[in-house]
Amino acid sequence: MTSTAGYDVERIRSQFPILQRELKGKPLVYFDNAATSQKPQVVIDALVEYYSMYNANIHRGIHTLAEEATAAYEATREAVRAFIGAPSTEEIIFTRGTTEGINLVAYSWGRANILEGDEIIISSLEHHSNIVPWQMLAAEKGAVLKVIPINAHGEILLEEYYKLLNPRTKLVSVVHASNSLGVINPVKVIIDAAHAVGAVVMIDGAQSTVHLDINVQELDCDFFAFSGHKLYAPTGVGALYGKRELLEAMPPFHGGGEMIKEVRFDGTTYNDLPYKFEAGTPNIADTVAMKAALEFINGIGKENIRRHENDLLQYGTEQLRQIPGIQIKGDVAEKVSVISFVAEGIHPQDLGVLLDQQGIAVRTGSHCTMPLMQCLNITGTTRASFAAYNTKEEIDRLVAGLHKAIKILR
Amino acid sequence: MALIADIQQEIVEEFSLFDTWEEKYEYLIDLGKKLPAIDPLYKTEENKIKGCQSQVWMHSEYKDGHVFFQADSDAMIVKGLAGMLVRVFSGQKPADIVGAPVTFIDDIGMTSHLAQTRSNGLRAMLKQIKLDALAWQSKSSAT
Repeated sequence: MTSTAGYDVERIRSQFPILQRELKGKPLVYFDNAATSQKPQVVIDALVEYYSMYNANIHRGIHTLAEEATAAYEATREAVRAFIGAPSTEEIIFTRGTTEGINLVAYSWGRANILEGDEIIISSLEHHSNIVPWQMLAAEKGAVLKVIPINAHGEILLEEYYKLLNPRTKLVSVVHASNSLGVINPVKVIIDAAHAVGAVVMIDGAQSTVHLDINVQELDCDFFAFSGHKLYAPTGVGALYGKRELLEAMPPFHGGGEMIKEVRFDGTTYNDLPYKFEAGTPNIADTVAMKAALEFINGIGKENIRRHENDLLQYGTEQLRQIPGIQIKGDVAEKVSVISFVAEGIHPQDLGVLLDQQGIAVRTGSHCTMPLMQCLNITGTTRASFAAYNTKEEIDRLVAGLHKAIKILR
Repeated sequence: MALIADIQQEIVEEFSLFDTWEEKYEYLIDLGKKLPAIDPLYKTEENKIKGCQSQVWMHSEYKDGHVFFQADSDAMIVKGLAGMLVRVFSGQKPADIVGAPVTFIDDIGMTSHLAQTRSNGLRAMLKQIKLDALAWQSKSSAT
């Protein structure tokens, strides 16, 4: 297998049981990593070990199993803290994923801080989960939602963004890397400009966290949310980082067990950070297994994975550009390993069906970014997204598969 | 007009002539291309079938005791599926459409290929056909 020097992609592939699968009699080519990544054996083992050895409810139990489960759960919090460069574990709140992280901020911080006439800024690149919670908040509070425009390549128009900023701007919430196009936004610049007018900034790190080095202190963002399942961890777990002073001032999101200090019928005192925001028995098993996923990434090295993925991105981009009638959307320099494209006169769904016939999994449609598709004046794209375990040979299969599909469809 | 069951059998026999999935899909796409164009008048938001990744329009009319369907889609495979459904059900009596079991989709050997989201589109189209037939049936018995 060809690969970047020193990067043993075959060894990495061998750690993912699902990659041994055949689809329609052909080895699976999994290029839907931006939707969710596959899971290495260490993550699967961590789940099995948790349920086989130390399943217990955390934090309250005084028995050994509860202590072991609590220690494992909190060890993931420390691993997440280190992974995104947060100052303390008190600022790491476990969620179900990015969507819940954004909703937590919209409900808790948003309901307490957004007033009538206030302005919230998002970008044209946003996933529905970074649009709808703010629309709901704006509608409830009589606030105004403003949208940063993009150019034809899917790049944010910074000059237009600066024009939107004003003293009424209370929040800016933007995606770090576009799930639909892979385009990386200049978030540091966006954050600094927002802070200059006193606005709080939320970063949607769903796509970026697996690919880019994240340091929330260097970024100086106020909130940062990501999902575990996009970085080789199980589904149903993610994290929200928030600056301590903001989190402390925020009211709880959900009420229940875990998030309280004392409950009386005449009043309740809330628990300290981060537990104030973690009501109820959390998703312990998946959270514990997320640590194995972070260790898996750290073990290979993010820098090494990124170099490999960028090789794939460059190779794939060159190959796809050579197919007549195919146009890559978001064909810019600053990208994560996502190639989104349209084929002239062909509906993405047709391409997706015929690629699936050949054992190739891609995503087609609007990728939960309908407004972005409207901005680009298309109904959808076909998206191939690469992970640590993908190869150039698989890209060759995609290219051959596309030729075949186009021949059938034309 | 041939019976619904006979038309389904006819389609199954046609597909059995093809050995590879490529040929089956080429034929399916061909059926879509041969589907008579829907009157632009009926390509409305109201006639759009929800829940499909592609845009699908379906319109029905009632004439002399029979229901006539028109359909279109911007995706070729879905249009082929719509073409098959129109061929099976258009021109049939409402009661026959409502009561007919749909077997040909399983029998053309493409079920696994049309699974999940695609078959959601298929199921949505089929549901619309049956609902329309039911509506025409109750309208005609009321008069």
